[in-house]
Formats: sequence, structure tokens, C-alpha cells
Amino acid sequence: MRRIGIDVGGTNTDAVLVEEGRVVHAVKYPTTADVTGGIVGALDLLARDAAVARGPIDAVVIGTTHFVNAVVQRRDLTKVAAVRIGLPTGASLPPFCDWPVDLARLVEGQIFMLEGGHDYDGREIMPFDEAGMRAAARQIRESGLRAVAISSVFSPLDASHEERARDLLRSECPEAAITLSRDLGRIGLLERENAALLNAALADLARRTIAGFRNAIAASGIAAPLYLTQNDGTVMSAGTAMALPVMSFASGATNSMRGAVFLSGVADAMVIDVGGTSTDVGELRRGFPREANSVVEIGEVRTLFRMPDLLSIGLGGGSIVRREPLRVGPESVGYRLTDEALVFGGSTLTATDAAVAAGIAAIGDQAKAAGVPLDLARAVLDRAREKIEDAIDRMKTAAGEVRLIAVGGGAFLVPDRLAGVAQVIRVAHGDCANAVGAAIAQISGETDQVYRDMRRDDAIAAAEAQARARAVAAGADPASLVTVDVEDMPLAYLPGNALRVRVRVAGDMRASARLL
Amino acid sequence: MAIPITADDIECLAVGAWILGTGGGGSPYLGLLNMRRLYAAGHRVELMSPLDLADNDRVAVVSNMGAPLVGQERLTDSRSIARAVQMQEDYSGGKFRAVMSVEIGGGNGIQPLMAAAHLGLPVVDADLMGRAYPEAQMTSAAVGDLQPYPCTLYDPRGIEAIVTQVPDWKWMERASRKICVEMGSIASTCKAPRSGREVKDWGIHFTVSKAIGIGRRVRAAQRAHADPVAAVLDEAQGKLLFRGKVVDVARRTTEGFLRGRCAIDGLDDDRGSRLELAFQNEWVVAWKNAAPIAMTPDLICVLDTVSGNAFGTETIRYGMRASVVALPAPPVFLSPKGLQHVGPRAFGYDLDFRSVFEAR
Repeated sequence: MRRIGIDVGGTNTDAVLVEEGRVVHAVKYPTTADVTGGIVGALDLLARDAAVARGPIDAVVIGTTHFVNAVVQRRDLTKVAAVRIGLPTGASLPPFCDWPVDLARLVEGQIFMLEGGHDYDGREIMPFDEAGMRAAARQIRESGLRAVAISSVFSPLDASHEERARDLLRSECPEAAITLSRDLGRIGLLERENAALLNAALADLARRTIAGFRNAIAASGIAAPLYLTQNDGTVMSAGTAMALPVMSFASGATNSMRGAVFLSGVADAMVIDVGGTSTDVGELRRGFPREANSVVEIGEVRTLFRMPDLLSIGLGGGSIVRREPLRVGPESVGYRLTDEALVFGGSTLTATDAAVAAGIAAIGDQAKAAGVPLDLARAVLDRAREKIEDAIDRMKTAAGEVRLIAVGGGAFLVPDRLAGVAQVIRVAHGDCANAVGAAIAQISGETDQVYRDMRRDDAIAAAEAQARARAVAAGADPASLVTVDVEDMPLAYLPGNALRVRVRVAGDMRASARLL
Repeated sequence: MAIPITADDIECLAVGAWILGTGGGGSPYLGLLNMRRLYAAGHRVELMSPLDLADNDRVAVVSNMGAPLVGQERLTDSRSIARAVQMQEDYSGGKFRAVMSVEIGGGNGIQPLMAAAHLGLPVVDADLMGRAYPEAQMTSAAVGDLQPYPCTLYDPRGIEAIVTQVPDWKWMERASRKICVEMGSIASTCKAPRSGREVKDWGIHFTVSKAIGIGRRVRAAQRAHADPVAAVLDEAQGKLLFRGKVVDVARRTTEGFLRGRCAIDGLDDDRGSRLELAFQNEWVVAWKNAAPIAMTPDLICVLDTVSGNAFGTETIRYGMRASVVALPAPPVFLSPKGLQHVGPRAFGYDLDFRSVFEAR
């Protein structure tokens, strides 16, 4: 398999070619406002390498923060019609009820609340209100809204009412972009509905952006299927990404950690990603990032997305050094590093300059750092080390020493000896770990359901079978599937020994998978 | 004299009630959302001292009963709890003077405010648990042998049920639980009405303002980047038991309860020690290095070391950084009769109650 991984970052678009388990070539190109220009540029640069040009490409995998940034920055969002099925329950908390006002103003189109939905035991709360849904569909058509989010109570257990609503809506508004909350999966109606609403709001942007990605790849003369990476470090087809752009929200940090696994060959370790402005510390378990607990806010909207548990601190290669008292960061020269740092002829003393003066990094014009006293340079690096040691300790989940994989352009700030760290692992191409993570991303399947009157082992086995079936349907090689996460939770006060089971499996992409 | 409850008070109440939930009672978040919307629509609620009740005043005692997980899907509708109160008024005759919660801990700390907003009644600054407990007989009213019936249960589909008579509180628990399960394992309930005299004699007083006070201190500490756990200890005269990281959680359901154990390995001053917690919906007993150091009815609260917010027994997970604190039990539960209802043996632990706060 020869796969190209692309990371569209705020400053650079990185592209790498990975072949038979190794990085063949890696490039960086400035990100452009339209995103596609940067991708075309990076692919052109990559293709100039003889080893890259040698054979066909099997897949292109893009990691992007474009969609989460649109929500955070409140731009390029579409107005949404919200359909909630579950009356008479939940009537006092309609869709959008816990959204920040500025975002609700941009996204809230119309709200329809209808009878229906299910109880935890599979009984209907009320029969689905077909007539009400037909009327809602007509109103949506007349209002001109083209993005619709449909949610129903307990749809992760029984999605039939959401599906029926979708079918009725399609017959009335064939061109509407419809999001079902059951595709975004977890129990917790408001959070699941919020994810569906955000997803619907991104429908237009996703269509345009992913079409742009396809054009960029075609313009570069590559005829290979396009995938996007999602929050859990696995991929979805471009078609799925168009329908479910919210699944890419946390892919940046995940790709960096998955890239670290690939480059180091280590599956259980902590990862430190030192950039220009900030440093992220996370933990790998069995090759995947440890995830944050429960509720995650995106642009101040509560969701249940599973995101890597990361600690971000204000330390990076561009961190500004202040004296008396000595401080390193959190202010940074950021992308202006190559203008403002001393080693690039600027006048701002940065962490990079201290590293060059101390002789641990060779960046820019080393003579220009000669004026930095060695004592000061060492004090700066000591301060950076203290910050890093504290961050690692805070992210540890067990006492004892850990292995630490250091990646990112500022990884030289991580010393070889750190308190609480048995070994610092450094890797080639660590500054392109995000793009590498995209290139090697796997395919996953997940399920989250309540089982009743089943033995725990049987319930977990049933959930595992369903998750595997979903992964295979998404293009995974069944032989390579590994269960990466199992969580079971008995439900208090429910009869029949109810057990909620969540299982996630992941495996390699099938060579024959063509999911465009 | 009743005083207004401000919108900020309600934000603080949600934080404080979750802490007083001692791991159970369900998150107050949905109740908080309902109250924000009611306040935005112009509703206001007042808080009255239990000492200002006349002996023959009638007080409605409310709670949302059922599985917190079902609540996350069916959500909490403020009108349902108001309807349960009206059913009680219709059945037992006579107007209510005020509303109060059966348990201040968790989501039920906010339920009386929702009923009060719709019914135009004040909320009594008291409850019958001073925390959260899993069963109907685990209240100060049951310790006082007050009448356990009638109890109304409401489902928004228009299902209304009344348990008109039972021989004792345990039968009330069994009968009402069956109805609740049929309603989808969630029901808005109005328990046996209490007289003003009963609330003055057997209510656990000033717990609403206590929860608001704790929440206010936590929120202030969060804003100031100060230590929120220290703020809780100071506000509620608590004791820090342990600081560490969660290393194991084992859960099982038996008889409809969430039971299990949680192990925390020490950090900082507690490095090298291990704390084990047993729970039945709420935290019940804590052992440090295998010796029991805290038990019900003392409140055992497990807080996020960084934010000061409570961790629930349903949501606590491996790797969380936790501070375990004890808060003093309501005195009514420290009598031999009180300990029969809510002491460690009521939860199946053969331990003689020893308070964290006893002079040693």
C-alpha cells in the first residue's frame, strides 16, 4: 500500500508518502485560505521526489480542523431545521435550548417537536406522528431550509422513528441534507441532538470543502480514493465525511498521537507534541489516545464526542522569554518565528534561540544566538523542562515511570532526562507526525447499546459482533480487526439487569476497499 | 419571610447539589436548564425558612424518581413535577403552603424550584436527607416514623398513579418503584405531604442555602484559579480524606441498584496509600489501606481535584484525579434509630458507625 497523508494545519499543510510501513518522503507547504491551494502545493512538492513519482497511490487521507474551526469561529454555517421526536417527554427543553446565543442565532432555522420515540426497554413512548411529520416536511420545503437534523428519544436503541421521519422528509424535500442523531450515536438526547444540529449546519461547507479536496487531488494527477480522518484516529470515506463532517472535529491531535505510534513502534506511552506556540501531552493505550471523560464542548455546545484527553500548555519553539523574573511563554511569536527570533535576524528572544545558544538545536543562523549568555539559555531550558515535567505528571494515570515519545517542530525542548520518565523516544519525521497519522489511519466500527436479561459476557460479545460488522461495512479487513475499547455499565433502577455496553473495534483498510 | 432566589443562586445550587449528592442523585444539569428557561420567561422563585412555617401549613415534598440514564433521554420537564404536586393537592385536599425536596443531593435539589416556579409557591430551605440516598425509607421523615403515604406519580403521557396506603416506608419504596418502572423507569413524584410542624421537627434545615453556599465558593475558586476543594472544606466544615488518581472502578447492578467499588491510588501527601470506596448509587464506605475511615451517614464526596465539581458513581472513570472529602452527617441520622435507617449496616456493611468528625 502506498498512501499519502495530508495534515491541513493553521500554518502549514504537511504531506507525506508512506509505503510498506515507512515514510518515503515528507514536505511542508504554507496553508492557503481556500485550503485546496495548500493541498495542491504540498502534493506538487511531494511529487517532485523521485521515490514518490515512481508508482501509483492507493489512497489519500486528509486530516483537517476546517469543520471544527468553522463552528468555533462561527463562519460558513447553514441554518438548520430541527425535528425532535419524543413528545410528550422533554417538551420544556426544545432543540437549541443549551446553545450559546450567538451560535443559535446563526444556526436555528425552525423547530418541530413531534410525538414518538422509545423507552429504554424498546416500547414506544408514543406512536410516531406521521401526519405531523408530513406537515413539518411541507413547512421545511416552503421555508427553503435545506439542512435538517432529526433526533428521537433513545434512537441509539431503536432508530425506526428517525428513519421514518427521514423517508417522509425525502419524499417532500429530495435535495435536503439530512442528519440522523443515531449516526452520531450515544445515549444522552441533548448532546446527541446537538451533534446532529452542528453536523447539519456544516452540510454546505462539507460539500464544498470535500469537493475542493477531490479537485485538488485530481489536479495533482492522483487517481486514488479520498478519506478523511475522524476523532478516534480512524478514517471515513469522503462520502461519509460529506454526510458527517462533525466526525473530523478532533482529528488533528489524534493524528499526531497515532503518527507517534507509527514512527516509534511503541503502542503504550505518553506523547508530547511541541509546536510553535503550545505543547500537547496525551497518553497512548494500545496504540490509541486515551479519551477525555464524558461531555465535550465544541464552540460552547455540549456534545458527547469522544476526544483524546489532552493537556495543552503554553510552551513551544516560539515561546517568548522574559527576564526578571524569568518566564518562558505562554506568549509566543507563533508563525512569525522566522522573522522575529534572534536566529532568524529578529529581536525577540525565544525558546528556540535559547536552545541554539545552549547547543542543543541547529536552527537558523547560529552565530546570531551567540550573544545569549549560556547561563540564561540553560535557565530557559530548565524552565521548559519544569513545565514539561509538570504536564506529564498531571496526565499520568498511574504512578511510576513512563516512556515518552517527543514529536513536533519544537521537540528539541524536551530533554533526554525528565523526572518520572524512563525513556524519551525521538523519531525521524516527528515534525510531520500529524500527516503520518493520517496516512496510516485505520477503519473502525462502534456500537453503544443497552442489553437486558443477558449475561455480561454475552452482551459484550453481541456488541463486539455488531461493531465488527460496522467496521467491515466501512471497508476494514476483518482479519486485522482488534477491539480497542470496551466499556460496560449496569444501569441503576432498571429491571432485568440492564447493561449498557460500548465497544469500538479498529483494523486496517482492505486493499480492495473503494469507498469513493 | 421568603427571600428571592437569583439566577446566579440557581447556578450555584446546581454545583452544590451535585456535590451533596455524594456520587448519586443524578446530575442537576437538566434541572438547571429548565430553571434558566423559566427565569428567562419571567418566572421567579423564593426561598423560605422552615422556621417560618405555621404548624398546620401543608408542605409538598417532591422528587424525580428513576434511572438517571433514562432522564438523559426523556429529559426533565418542569411541568411534570408541578403536575405531581397538583395531583397530591387534588387527592388529599387542602392547599400547599410551600414545596420542598426529599433530597438536596443531585438533580432532586432543583426539582422543587421547578414545581414552585409553575405553582407560584415558595421553596422551603430544607430537605429530608441532607444529601442523596437511594431508597424511600432513608429519610429523616422515616426515622421520625411520619406517615409514608399517599404518594403521587406522574408520567407526561398522562399516566397518573397514587399509592394511597402502605404499612411502612419500605412498602412505599417497593410499591412506588414498581409503578415507576412501568412508566419507563422515570416518574415525577410528590411524596406524603408534611405539616409545618413535621418539617420543623424532622426536616433537615437550611440545606438549600448550604448547597448554594458550597456552589458559590467552588465557582469563585474556579474563577480565581484557587483550590476549589479547599473552598468546599472551608464552606461545609469538611475534612480532606484523600487525594489521588482513580485506578479501578467495578460496577454491577443488583436489585435495581448500581453497586460497586472504586480504588484510588494516592498522590502528593497520600502517595503510597490506596483508598477504596464502596457505592450503592451513592458513596457508602471509604477504606484507607484496608481500614475503614469514613462511612454513611457522614457524607463522602469525590471531587475533581482541578475543578472541584463532583464525580458521580455512574460517571467516575479510570484515570480521573480525585479528592475525597467527608462532610458532617445531619444529626438526625446519628441516633440509633437514624443509623438503623442509613448507617453502614443498612447497606450491608457490618461496621459500627464511627464519624470522621468524632474527637479521637
